[in-house]
Amino acid sequence: MTIADETIDYIGILAKLELSDEEKEQAKKDMSTMLEYVSKLNELDTEGVDPMSHTFDVHNVFREDIVTNGDDRANMILNAPESKDGCYKVPKTFG
Amino acid sequence: MSKVYETVIGLEVHVELATKTKIFCGCSTEFGGAPNTHTCPVCTGMPGSLPVLNKGVVEKAIAVGLATNCTITQNCKFDRKNYFYPDNPQNYQISQLYYPICRNGKVEIEVNGQKKEIGIHEIHMEEDAGKLVHDACDGASLVDYNRSGVPLIEIVSEPDMRSAEEVIAYLDKLRLIIQYLGASDCKLNEGSMRADVNLSVCEVGAKEFGTRTEMKNLNSFKAIARAIENERERQIALIEDGKEVVQETRRWDDTKGYSYAMRSKEDAQDYRYFPDPDLVSIQISDAWIEEIRGKQPELRAEKQARYKEEYDIPEYDIDILTSSKKMADLFEETIALGAAPKKVSNWLMVETMRLLKEHEMEADELAFSATNLAKLIQLVESKAINGTVAKEVFEKVFAEDIDPEKYVEEHGLKTVNDEGALRKVVEEVIAANPQSVADYRNGKEKAIGFLVGQTMKAMKGKADPGSVNQMLKELL
Ligand SMILES: [Zn+2]
Repeated sequence: MTIADETIDYIGILAKLELSDEEKEQAKKDMSTMLEYVSKLNELDTEGVDPMSHTFDVHNVFREDIVTNGDDRANMILNAPESKDGCYKVPKTFG
Repeated sequence: MSKVYETVIGLEVHVELATKTKIFCGCSTEFGGAPNTHTCPVCTGMPGSLPVLNKGVVEKAIAVGLATNCTITQNCKFDRKNYFYPDNPQNYQISQLYYPICRNGKVEIEVNGQKKEIGIHEIHMEEDAGKLVHDACDGASLVDYNRSGVPLIEIVSEPDMRSAEEVIAYLDKLRLIIQYLGASDCKLNEGSMRADVNLSVCEVGAKEFGTRTEMKNLNSFKAIARAIENERERQIALIEDGKEVVQETRRWDDTKGYSYAMRSKEDAQDYRYFPDPDLVSIQISDAWIEEIRGKQPELRAEKQARYKEEYDIPEYDIDILTSSKKMADLFEETIALGAAPKKVSNWLMVETMRLLKEHEMEADELAFSATNLAKLIQLVESKAINGTVAKEVFEKVFAEDIDPEKYVEEHGLKTVNDEGALRKVVEEVIAANPQSVADYRNGKEKAIGFLVGQTMKAMKGKADPGSVNQMLKELL
């Protein structure tokens, strides 16, 4: 299965990755292998089988609307690469 | 001859649901907490964390769907909408694309006496994003995830509206339905209700709609009306110039009164939706739907009919009293405390409406208690204070929710019911105004008004005008 150059470029844009030419070639090979592996599924006859979105036959897993979490900011903010004034600090972003 | 254009408008309305916790975690949804104090690994998108759906969100979404005549999707699911933005910590938003919880609804609106149905294409559940604050001093952005994961429903209308008036009537209708259900407070200015306007223009009678744009950042009914007018003119100007309308998202700047494109065409949105594998499907049984239908509170139309029957007040007054859930609640609570419905209605219709207008406030922002309004009405009924004093005291109730009994006591505003004291003042007024006295005796009935006024002034307003009038007539 061959992957077109435009496809790799487009996926690069969506994933916000800047790929070098060598990386693009490598990505094409990797993706091609993955797609071939998954394409095995296309050989199956799925006539009359309902699409499923989950591997387990469970539904209606709910929580009641009750507050269970308190203020854990001191711990949570440790996950931030940088922080300031109790906020996660990120490169300047415009909406 | 210039061409005649028609404006075609559809709305995407986001409403923040009034649940206590977020949609997928047990963090509080309370407004105004210090940044990131209502967060956990789930709502900050930490790897390995798993979402668990809040049952209250599903119930509120179903309630809104039923009240807007939708069909409930009895087997519904969540999907991931993929995009990168710092306010979206998972790099995807959990939303519903393939099986939204409600479909094919409609509401009826009325504009200038004309009734019209607006179709609702679908209502889906999703999570809100965090908030970005730009830090001017070191060129960075700061993120607060307190709003991240707050439950939203998005109500997508059919392109059935043709004017700003219809759009506002539709939004008002949705707001009232959702407020009465208790599903959200629907405040446009605070962002708990947000509307995006999809608008296109075409020549009247054209077979196809024109290219539409989507307008964001509309924070008031006034902004919506202005943005619609502006966008209509902009699109017509493009068409008249032989140019094309570009399908794009635009952002409205209400202070400057114009909109600008938010994203360029090249930056096409490709959200790559797929079913969220961390969440199982939701099966909504007939019994569950009926249970929610059974719990539906009294909606506006039912309330209006009941007021008419129970309280015998004019239809116009009923319309205003029920035009906000807050006002209707105040009305009913004050009556429950023993005040006469007509008196309560009168205070709300006249003084409350006057002060709302004066302070440029919405009825939803009313902050005084039924208890204090009931006390004030009681003070007037028992003639402890007169009408003029009552209005002054009410301004204090309106602004600060003061206790009128205490206030009247502390400021010595009680009407003087001491007949001896009143008689003395009336006698002085008669002696000091011989001309008016003569006029009155010569048949000029109106002259007594002046004498009442003089007496009230001498009593510093603390007399009952009825008693003064009676006393004057007696002594003359
Ligand atoms: Zn959380």
